[in-house]
Amino acid sequence: MNKHVKISAENVSKEFIQKGTQRVPVLKDISLQVFDQELLVVLGPGQSGKTTLLRIIAGLEKPTQGRITLDGEEIRGPGPDRGLVFQSYMLFPWKTVEANVRLGLEMAQVPKEKHAETVRHYLDLVGLNGFEKYYPHQLSGGMKQRVGIARAFSTQPKVMLMDEPFGQLDAQTRLFMERETERIWLSDKRTTIFITNNIDEALLLGDRIVTLEGKLPGRMKKSYEVNLPRPRDPMDMEFLKLRHTITSEQELTL
Amino acid sequence: MAYQTVKARKSLKLRVLPWLSLTAVILIWQFCVSPPGVNDWRIPGVLLARPYDVLLLGIEKLTDVNPDGATLLVHAWVSLQESLSAFLLSLLVGIPLGLMMGWFGVVRGLFRPVFEMWRPIPPVAWIPLAIFWFGIGMEGKIFIIWLGGMTPCIINAYMGVKTTNPVHIQMARTFGASDWKIFTSICIPSALPMVFGALQIALGNCWTTLVAAELLASDQGLGYLITAGRSIGRTDIVVLGMISLGITGVIISQIIYRIEAKLLAGIRR
Repeated sequence: MNKHVKISAENVSKEFIQKGTQRVPVLKDISLQVFDQELLVVLGPGQSGKTTLLRIIAGLEKPTQGRITLDGEEIRGPGPDRGLVFQSYMLFPWKTVEANVRLGLEMAQVPKEKHAETVRHYLDLVGLNGFEKYYPHQLSGGMKQRVGIARAFSTQPKVMLMDEPFGQLDAQTRLFMERETERIWLSDKRTTIFITNNIDEALLLGDRIVTLEGKLPGRMKKSYEVNLPRPRDPMDMEFLKLRHTITSEQELTL
Repeated sequence: MAYQTVKARKSLKLRVLPWLSLTAVILIWQFCVSPPGVNDWRIPGVLLARPYDVLLLGIEKLTDVNPDGATLLVHAWVSLQESLSAFLLSLLVGIPLGLMMGWFGVVRGLFRPVFEMWRPIPPVAWIPLAIFWFGIGMEGKIFIIWLGGMTPCIINAYMGVKTTNPVHIQMARTFGASDWKIFTSICIPSALPMVFGALQIALGNCWTTLVAAELLASDQGLGYLITAGRSIGRTDIVVLGMISLGITGVIISQIIYRIEAKLLAGIRR
């Protein structure tokens, strides 16, 4: 199979300077390739630098060493070719659902005449039609994150970056949103990097799972192909076997 | 389905208490001051007027221009004009300046040192210069009151922008938003609650600076009424001026509070 490399990280390391003088290594020597139309899950415990990795790809942080390319071009800052879904939703409380998505289009300078149709399309896609005029505080956590997803999708980025998007949801809603993410992803196969600390979420969604080793600095541990048919059944024998393999090789607890 | 409408009411006690304390203060005041011409153990009338006399004077002053040259309503109207136009001017200048100082490094760099130097100088200290420049007309007073209103506008607008959620700004950056777009669509709305806080404070400042400005250079206005009362030894006129200032101040700040509550309904959630 001929795979086109979409994102490539080459020996990326990141250090933060804390309190002016303290060097905190967060990522060490990460090399990673993400292929076109792939849903890659980065699985790691807390304090493994996975959010930092995603923020470097989003261009919100600069790597201390190494570089990351998107379609062969080095990433030098944030841009609309990468859509980011935040863990904490990040909606504007003073704007309606519709206006929150439209603001993304305005900021990405999408021509005005396309706004109405694009907003409708992506709100339909995430199943929020009928809620256009609601304010964020009137929505449940799952619905808020749907707005976040619609907003990130609406500018048609080349890559979707999802930073533990369902970390704040209850278990039931979370499972439902994972199914929804799979449905949305299947509908246009946008290259996606999905960050999580939840192994079931990783197995349900990922084409491939990359694990980061816990305790800073985060290092690449292993990569697992998940060749199971979608939608996946968490009680399936193969699913459980792979789950066992990954857990035994990875300390998910702190 | 529409929700059932219910009228929420404060308990009787909570509604009565403010009136009770107000009435008590007035009664005690009335009782503790001697009537004119009486000399007993109470506070003599030359030091403080009784509320009842002030009320009578207030009613009389609605039509009578003596002894200070204008009716009460004219004084109030002059003061209102001065303070409100200065208030609006300070909003117009201070808020945009503060907002820009919060977001644009160049503006901050240029204005911050000047602002820090200017801030500790009380507006009243400008009175001599204001008289040289504008005379004792309305412009000079507006200038002084304007100085008093500027500080809270600048500081609050500045802080409002500074306390914008940084992740909101990062989010905007991932969409490739321009600096100007981030400023107008994210920083300004985030700063609004602080800016509205500034309206209340600035109005308070304008109203108090007003009295100072009128005490020193004026021939009309509530502050002048107080000065006039002092110079002819009439405590009832002094107290009438003070009370008029208080009541008018309460009315304006209530109006601003209502407007604020309406405009911010969406943001404060």
